[in-house]
Amino acid sequence: MTTFEKIQEIIVDQLDKEESEVQRTTNFREELEADSLDLFQIINDIEDEFDIKIESEEGLSTVEDLVKYVEGQLEA
Amino acid sequence: MEPIKIKIHSTGKYVPEKKVSNDDLSKWMDTSHEWIYKRTGIVTRHLSEGEDTSDLCIKASRNVLEGRSIDPEDIGLIIVATMTPDGQSPSVASKVQAAIKATNAMAFDLNAACSGFVYALSTAEKMLRHMHLPYALVLGGEVMSKAIDWSDRKTAVLFGDGAGGVLLKKSEEDEQFLTEDLHANGNKGYALTSGEKKVSNPLVDTQEASGFLTMDGREIFNFVTKSIPKSINKVLTDNDTSIEEVDYVLLHQANARIIEIVAKKLGCSIDKFPMNIQTYGNTSAASLPILIDELAKDNKLFIDKKQKIILSAFGGGLTWGTLLLEIN
Repeated sequence: MTTFEKIQEIIVDQLDKEESEVQRTTNFREELEADSLDLFQIINDIEDEFDIKIESEEGLSTVEDLVKYVEGQLEA
Repeated sequence: MEPIKIKIHSTGKYVPEKKVSNDDLSKWMDTSHEWIYKRTGIVTRHLSEGEDTSDLCIKASRNVLEGRSIDPEDIGLIIVATMTPDGQSPSVASKVQAAIKATNAMAFDLNAACSGFVYALSTAEKMLRHMHLPYALVLGGEVMSKAIDWSDRKTAVLFGDGAGGVLLKKSEEDEQFLTEDLHANGNKGYALTSGEKKVSNPLVDTQEASGFLTMDGREIFNFVTKSIPKSINKVLTDNDTSIEEVDYVLLHQANARIIEIVAKKLGCSIDKFPMNIQTYGNTSAASLPILIDELAKDNKLFIDKKQKIILSAFGGGLTWGTLLLEIN
């Protein structure tokens, strides 16, 4: 599974959405109506899945932002 | 000699009369019922119109003792869990001791923030075993409304005021306190602060700290959703009990969403997690004893059969703790 697919799966599971609703350009606050607690849970699951630390949720608004952040951390 | 056993003899509570709805709050700050309810599950909270923590605790104590024909002189210990005492001295517990005329009781306050009641119950249960008097009164009481920054809508909407408690008794029956798991992590103490006061004396002139409650929401969320399921599993494993054998899991009422997440992580139906946060908000150390008393008066606890219950709380410190009890 690619990083995107793993993140997509986490979001689909946490927000109870369809895969088709969660694309790279999807803004999770505006389009998926995720609030801060939803985002905390998504970030928690991503941290566990990839064994990384996401220090701040600032600047993370789309699925692509998360994918880039995670890939950056994995390369570091 | 038979080991001394401890049981919960009676329960009680008191909350200030004034009920404040989310709509009421939206008149004081930029918020709305929908915003608050969706994120927290809170609909109303009771706020003090002047009663202090000792006033709430004294009334809750009277409710605990009501109709129980207990001689207050038989109470050997009073512990009040609070992070919002009337002042540094006298303690809230001392004021309760005077008001209920428990002249033989030692009395002190214990601060473990929202975990306070679980910490106090664990402490009292052990102390009572070594005392010659038969009863210990354990209370959780808070006037959170005086600790909150009312201009900070992120925290102001969360809290409420109230008090609750239980009377512990030495007993000939089966032991009720089965296993416990209590922790602190001071390294993350910054995630929830309240009542900070800087040193100011003839030697140092310090800018007064605001002292208002501050909270790092994400840090607390991460801590709770990771530590609490683990702590609950620990008490179950230590007592060779499965979650299916537990009648109720009573969690500190901080946020309905957090309670749902903990239930999900434990693979347990939400029906086992009674909630009253919708009515009272987060009353910190008072939340568990208020919930216990409501369930008792609703004939869901302390009924004519043995029940296994879990009490689990988490809060500033950071502190957290879980108790497994078998009550009847």
